[in-house]
Amino acid sequence: MTLDTIWVYAEGDSDAISSTTQELLTKARDLADTVAAVYAGDGDDIAEAAGSYGAETIYATGDLDGALVGVPVAAAIAAAVEAGDGPDAILLGTTYDGRDIAARLSVMLDATVISNVVDVEVDDDTLVGTEPIFGGASEIKTKFTGDACKIVLVRPKSFEPEESGDGEADVEDLDVPELGSAAGAKVTNRMVEESDGPKLDEAALVVAGGRGLGQAESFELVDKLAGKLNGASGASRAIVDAGWVPYSQQVGQTGKVVKPTVYIAAGISGATQHLVGMKGSKNIIAINKDPEAPIFGVADLGIVGDVHKVIPALLEALENR
Amino acid sequence: MKVAVCVKQIPDPADPGALDPETRTLKRDVKLIIDESDTYGVEMALQLVDAAGGGEVVLVSMAPNSERTGLSSALAMGADSATLVSDPALVGSDALTTAKILAKCLAEQSPDLVIAGSESSDGYTGTVPEQIAGVLGWPSVTAAKAIEVNGSSMNVQRQTDAGYDDVECPLPAVVSVTAGVVEPRYPSFKGIMAAKSKPVEEKTVADLGLTAEQVGWSGSGQEVVDVSEAEAREAGEKIEDDGEAHLKIIEFLESVKAL
Ligand SMILES: Cc1cc2nc3c(=O)[nH]c(=O)nc-3n(C[C@H](O)[C@H](O)[C@H](O)COP(=O)(O)OP(=O)(O)OC[C@H]3O[C@@H](n4cnc5c(N)ncnc54)[C@H](O)[C@@H]3O)c2cc1C
Ligand SMILES: Cc1cc2nc3c(=O)[nH]c(=O)nc-3n(C[C@H](O)[C@H](O)[C@H](O)COP(=O)(O)OP(=O)(O)OC[C@H]3O[C@@H](n4cnc5c(N)ncnc54)[C@H](O)[C@@H]3O)c2cc1C
Repeated sequence: MTLDTIWVYAEGDSDAISSTTQELLTKARDLADTVAAVYAGDGDDIAEAAGSYGAETIYATGDLDGALVGVPVAAAIAAAVEAGDGPDAILLGTTYDGRDIAARLSVMLDATVISNVVDVEVDDDTLVGTEPIFGGASEIKTKFTGDACKIVLVRPKSFEPEESGDGEADVEDLDVPELGSAAGAKVTNRMVEESDGPKLDEAALVVAGGRGLGQAESFELVDKLAGKLNGASGASRAIVDAGWVPYSQQVGQTGKVVKPTVYIAAGISGATQHLVGMKGSKNIIAINKDPEAPIFGVADLGIVGDVHKVIPALLEALENR
Repeated sequence: MKVAVCVKQIPDPADPGALDPETRTLKRDVKLIIDESDTYGVEMALQLVDAAGGGEVVLVSMAPNSERTGLSSALAMGADSATLVSDPALVGSDALTTAKILAKCLAEQSPDLVIAGSESSDGYTGTVPEQIAGVLGWPSVTAAKAIEVNGSSMNVQRQTDAGYDDVECPLPAVVSVTAGVVEPRYPSFKGIMAAKSKPVEEKTVADLGLTAEQVGWSGSGQEVVDVSEAEAREAGEKIEDDGEAHLKIIEFLESVKAL
């Protein structure tokens, strides 16, 4: 069984779509006969990128003049649904903008959102989402009831992206209705915190540090090791909240989900909210001085030891190779 | 200035309890506490009202069994009053229903600004704040890491994957704040004593002009069909560092071709 039509909210810029968008388009092909993308911008920019993952059409709102996308994009989708031109379901990534759009759309359509899903399947003519709870220790399956448009928020890194071999997608305008004051929030400036090396959620190797590093300065050990191994450096929330590293490096439930080939956790206890962001990694190495630390429960190689001894020794040995 | 803060009361995350296999909701027999994610909102509200030269901080919460422990914590921090919606009919409410209920209470308060957490620690859908804004028809900014109110508008630094965006938003509005934005104060002894006499108004679903069918399981567009243990990851080798453990790491990295 498949649904007739699914729309995917596409994120990206100029000629690329995000890896999350690639995943959603890939999954949508399994769930529906027709897959299309919704884009807040010029649809021509991503026609090829989204087309190659199976989007037949890009419904594009055009430039939104700096408005936060939640209200205008949701209003445009709702208008299409009300006119009978909408999809049976819409998939969005659990991203800042994805959440905003899903939430606004749910109010406009009086439809529920199933959130934080890591898997979606068709059941008769509806969808069932799988959500991890208690930091991933259990899973619940939630099914849509009623026949409103199904809104699904999917955690990044839930599916393996796969190109469909299709060509460029058609581009159609998605009209944004008059909005009034609810759409009043405008971006006036964008700040980008630059970091070198591969991006955290795309790197093949991640070295992440936690409170066990003892002090902000020691994060340098993590950065150095990541640099040496061509990886990205990440962090637990404890040290992000403490201001040692920017939020963009946080791994976990409220940070990024990573699935590298190797994840090295240094001085991280392994709280469920951290594990949910990294336990999909292929190989996990943990360095922690507490032999009872929960992180060892998911580690392929566990080192009971002091990060201030093990990492410098490792760096030196790598240096001499 | 009048700021309203949404305060969720949840089971202690250190002891999260379990899903009740019968009702498929979180077992609520444990004492609820204030969601740590909302202590940032309360602190932010208190600071904004101070910066504005005075005003009022009001709380809204939806919770089972007339639970007030979490509200008392926020009142002890310095909030002035609270509205609590508690009704057996609310069991099983989805995020949208929760937002509709909270929006009804907020509309009665007509604040200049509503503050919520970016996501709760238990349900963590992260959709409630934006849904509240949708129901009220107000503008909103989610994932705020700094807020400055200037008369009839606010400037917000909104977290992005790459850094942050500066966002300007007219008031009244809804804003959700990320964890760690401010340092929540500890309630003083005086604050705790004062909280005991602060007004907490309790409402039922009927008081808000809604029927039992519109909320809870019947009002929600979803049903839980299965609860299961997730597949556990197997632990591998664990060794004590004897000064040579780094060699073991190198060996491991080589074996998975990371070196
Ligand atoms: C709603 C919610 C969302 C959350 N989201 C996230 C999230 O996205 N990401 C996240 O990471 N956390 C998240 N948390 C927080 C999480 O619960 C933990 O508090 C956090 O992960 C702990 O970080 P940590 O492991 O660095 O610190 P700790 O738990 O303090 O652990 C430090 C570890 O370092 C070890 N150690 C100390 N000294 C040394 C040394 N010299 N050498 C080696 N080891 C040493 C200790 O044995 C200990 O195991 C969330 C919590 C909540 C409630
Ligand atoms: C494991 C689990 C999974 C769930 N999955 C879904 C789902 O997929 N879709 C769905 O619609 N519902 C879901 N729910 C139900 C949902 O959690 C509840 O409806 C809840 O009341 C509101 O959602 P939240 O906690 O996710 O809020 P969030 O949107 O994560 O909360 C953000 C902020 O909103 C405010 N807020 C939220 N709830 C309240 C409250 N009761 N009182 C005061 N302020 C509040 C707080 O400031 C909070 O910090 C789930 C519940 C659980 C336990």
